Amino acid sequence: MAITREDVLHVARLARLEIPDGEVDRVRDELGAILEAVGKVAELDLSDVEPTSHPLAVVNVWQEDESRPSLSPEDALANAPDPVGGAFRVPAVGS
Amino acid sequence: MIDTLRLTAEEAAGLLESGEVSGDELAGAYVEAIGERDPELHAYLHVVGEPGSGVPIALKDNITTRGVPTTAGSRILEGYIPVFDSTVATRVKDAGLPLIGKTNLDEFAMGSSTENSAYGPSKNPWDPDRVPGGSSGGTAAAVAGGLAPWGLGSDTGGSIKQPASLCGLVGLRPTYGTVSRYGIVAFASSLDQVGPITKTVRDCARLYGTIAGRDACDSTTVELPEPVAVPESEDLEGIRIGIPKELNEAEGIEPGVSEAVAKAIKLAEDLGAEVGECRLPRSVDYGLACYYLVAPAEASSNLARYDGVRYGFRAAGDGDLTALLSRTRWEGFGPEPRRRILIGTYALSAGYYDAFYGQAQKVRTVIAQEHAAAFEDYDLLLSPTSPTVAFEVGEKAENPLAMYLSDLLTIPANMAGLPGLSIPCGLSEGLPVGLQILGPQFSENLMFRAGHALERALAFDFVPERLRA
Repeated sequence: MAITREDVLHVARLARLEIPDGEVDRVRDELGAILEAVGKVAELDLSDVEPTSHPLAVVNVWQEDESRPSLSPEDALANAPDPVGGAFRVPAVGS
Repeated sequence: MIDTLRLTAEEAAGLLESGEVSGDELAGAYVEAIGERDPELHAYLHVVGEPGSGVPIALKDNITTRGVPTTAGSRILEGYIPVFDSTVATRVKDAGLPLIGKTNLDEFAMGSSTENSAYGPSKNPWDPDRVPGGSSGGTAAAVAGGLAPWGLGSDTGGSIKQPASLCGLVGLRPTYGTVSRYGIVAFASSLDQVGPITKTVRDCARLYGTIAGRDACDSTTVELPEPVAVPESEDLEGIRIGIPKELNEAEGIEPGVSEAVAKAIKLAEDLGAEVGECRLPRSVDYGLACYYLVAPAEASSNLARYDGVRYGFRAAGDGDLTALLSRTRWEGFGPEPRRRILIGTYALSAGYYDAFYGQAQKVRTVIAQEHAAAFEDYDLLLSPTSPTVAFEVGEKAENPLAMYLSDLLTIPANMAGLPGLSIPCGLSEGLPVGLQILGPQFSENLMFRAGHALERALAFDFVPERLRA
């Protein structure tokens, strides 16, 4: 299945994966081969078949709307790479 | 002297109950064995050696354990120490089973050999030049190598059944919804299930009984329709067993594997089962393609949380937030998660959703229907678990599509949400062959009964030949 460099870069942007420039072609070839193999599903005429999103049909699983103890701020920040003032510090958005 | 290679969990429990061995002695025996054999096997990523009074257990490192590192075999979670316990870890703790350690896996449970682990592969105790299977290869290597009496793995496309098969062990992939996924590092939410990897079917049933059942923290779980029964009977009278042609004659099944499975099927007949052939016309032919669309699509969503913001690896360097996320994710994820995230994102993207993911969901319905039709005439289905015995380290690592074929026989039932039990049924060229027993949803007790009867009749020695005294 022929996918282009642009396809790869588009999908990579959606997935927030920065592919180094020198690797884009290799990734394109690899993905192309896999998509070719999985594209096999298109061979079947399934116009009358309902999709399955769930192997076990469970319906309306409710719980009471009661407040319970949750993760403490200390626990929430315990693994943070750059905790500042009880928050997770990151670079600014956009430029 | 505790023979950790031979001791089953049931025997260990007996020794503890009789007072012949103390909890500390038992726990200590596994830590000692790890010191001797794990440098070669690399089954463990983190050894805890928790003292306790129950039968010690190994947990796959995608099972969250509070205060104990949990990496999912990835660099992107290097150093991550969970602040909560998964439900299965809690249930295991409440049952008094001390934690030996966290075992190696293919990164994010994506793989069939542990060669995708960011921390190096595990080795097969039957032959350390060969893989133990995956993605739960660390747990399988630990149990087969006498480094744990039993353990938990997880199965999405076959990641419990296949390593059990390659290491001469029993592995159960439970009915979807019977074991909580709360605290399990998510790969594909409609497929992931945690299950036991053990030396015997009775041990497997016991451990399943400990972890199974509805969990309020996982709304996809349900209560078991009947309690788990540890099997006793040693015959198969009254059980109708189907042999699906497509699963048993698929291209790529090694002759030695077919031979061992054929012997087991004959044995089933001798034990009183009614055996006949059946068909799964499209399930095997289209199963792999279906899985390698559905699973990566779900993974692309589940792995979106790894962004270096709140926990885990964060990339160095300048740039804005988008650059940080994108660089962190490319550098933190290994080749297989990257591949699957990209495939999954593509399959879900606008313009391609219907042809790829939408179509795959319909194939899933077809697979479920074909299995349901087979179960109208039969109670259980039999096939090889893996097309091959354990392959050499490096043999398939460079070829993703060749690696994916390892799951050819385990995937179809998984797509239908069906449980599967793999038991060792013989050797081919000195390496274990696994027999896959498939049943309808919630048929674990019947699978245990059949598995136990066959296990007793087969008398397979689960201690690797090269490690026997």
